[in-house]
Amino acid sequence: MSTVILDPTNERRLAEMTRCARPASLAGLTIGLLDISKARGDVFLNQLEQRLLETGATVKRFRKPTFTKPAPVDLRHEIASQCQVVIEALAD
Amino acid sequence: MLNVCDVGRTGDARAGYGRHMERALPDGLVVIVKRECATCAMVVPVLERLHATIYTQDDPAFPEGLHAIHDSDLSVSWHLDIETVPTLLRVIDGREVDRTVGWSRAAWQAITGIDDLGDDLPVVRPGCGSLSVDPDRVDELRVRFGGDVLRARRVELADAEDDMEAMFDRGWTDGLPVTPPTEARVLRMLTGTTRAPSDVVAVVPPDLAEVTVEKVAINAVMAGCTPEYLPWVIAALEAVCTNEFNIHGVLATTMPVGPVVICNGPGTRAIGMNSGMNVLGQGNRANMTIGRALQLIIRNVGGGRPGEVDRATHGNPGKLSFCFAEDELGSPWTSLAVARGLARDTDSVTVFAGEGPRCVVDQLARDPDSLANTFAACLRTLHNPKLVLAFDAIVIMGPEHARVFADAGWDRDRVLAEIHARLQLPGSELVRGAAGIAEGIPTHLADVTLPKFRPDGLLLVHAGGGAGLFSVIIGGWANGEVGSQPVTQIVNPPTEQGAP
Repeated sequence: MSTVILDPTNERRLAEMTRCARPASLAGLTIGLLDISKARGDVFLNQLEQRLLETGATVKRFRKPTFTKPAPVDLRHEIASQCQVVIEALAD
Repeated sequence: MLNVCDVGRTGDARAGYGRHMERALPDGLVVIVKRECATCAMVVPVLERLHATIYTQDDPAFPEGLHAIHDSDLSVSWHLDIETVPTLLRVIDGREVDRTVGWSRAAWQAITGIDDLGDDLPVVRPGCGSLSVDPDRVDELRVRFGGDVLRARRVELADAEDDMEAMFDRGWTDGLPVTPPTEARVLRMLTGTTRAPSDVVAVVPPDLAEVTVEKVAINAVMAGCTPEYLPWVIAALEAVCTNEFNIHGVLATTMPVGPVVICNGPGTRAIGMNSGMNVLGQGNRANMTIGRALQLIIRNVGGGRPGEVDRATHGNPGKLSFCFAEDELGSPWTSLAVARGLARDTDSVTVFAGEGPRCVVDQLARDPDSLANTFAACLRTLHNPKLVLAFDAIVIMGPEHARVFADAGWDRDRVLAEIHARLQLPGSELVRGAAGIAEGIPTHLADVTLPKFRPDGLLLVHAGGGAGLFSVIIGGWANGEVGSQPVTQIVNPPTEQGAP
């Protein structure tokens, strides 16, 4: 079970991390492909993975349990700790 | 007598917020029991004579044949604040009007109105601990039934995240590991005060953020405090967040100062503070964590972080925590707190904007004049031998030095007066350029005699180990209206507020 703690700050800053700057190039980066479990998202991501592999990129695949809820904190941590870039397939 | 909807004693989970029954108590007699309690088993024949509503904590079949209600989640026991079983209550119009715990024949007879009740039982038999106060369960119950009083944002950590590293990652530590502030820990911390978690303690610079008792408790957990320390943290926070102390300036200055917290009163001994050997050093939990909690609140709630508003050129190690108690019992003099107008038995903190400690060595002094000369000579060098009146200082007199003065009949006032008298300095030695030193006072003051310290600029405290003819000086920051004034704040013991 994950630990839930109480925010010790004045809560004026967002708890979430700010978005990273877009990389100038994907060369040498590990790219996460996140399937949100919507229909045909995998088709899109399969195509994307093929194209990325052809450029020599490292690709890791991830999948949310359901598109109706935010990604679980463990999945977010896994992606953040393994990838520098993430591409999410949003719609069917 | 306790009302179900308005309870709030010291030292338990209620911590400033009452327990409220979700449903009214049945009128008449109510008894709470558990099978594993021998006294509960003993009173079963008594219960058979009563038309009572019986709640059983452990075995739903106990007592046999009496149709007890199983308090399986202990919610009834929790909300009734049952500490002992059996507990007998009398309820009128849904409100408790009488209570006894354990078995007392007289009390049970009085509450039930049955004169011969339990005549064949012992006069008195103590009960057993209620499952609702079982140390293995109480934290969980407090979260389940009391967690809704917490308003702070919940932050969920990933399973793969190391809890301790997660605290560093979010910028919430002072550079040392902190205890993750879980709901259970924060609720337990809140048992140290009867103030409501939502009470605003102070407005904390530099962000001028309101800090609630709950936020104080969260940071106190992180610092490693126990609940007994919480009133001291609150008092220290109240003291530094005054206009007089000016924590914003103390934080922002380039000088190496931070809040020094001097604790006085019998409460310092009750919570085990160190006032003796290694008084300013490591090893005592209260000394180390009360000051640390204060600094974590300034960092996390106030937003005061090094390199941002904290512009210290060097800082000092005391900015992690600088908190200690005065040795009052061993002192030949009245305490600092009494000198500042408080009664002897009042718990208080005095905060001072101070740098790190420096040692005063005089191992040969056997007469008070010689020792006063040493103190004056050492104090003159504070910050710069040529700067006067701008800075205060704490003098922590070691017991062996204090004895030299005390044996000569010098009281606190005499000691301070003698030191001040030796620090009346000729302006010619202080002006800019004198002694080949550019630093100094304006040259037009060359013919004036000036004191090193303003009249109330020395704070005398008795503390330290019993061996060693040493004392300690802690230099201050800019004093007076432009800087920081020492502030003394009374510590409110939990029993003085909010009790029914």
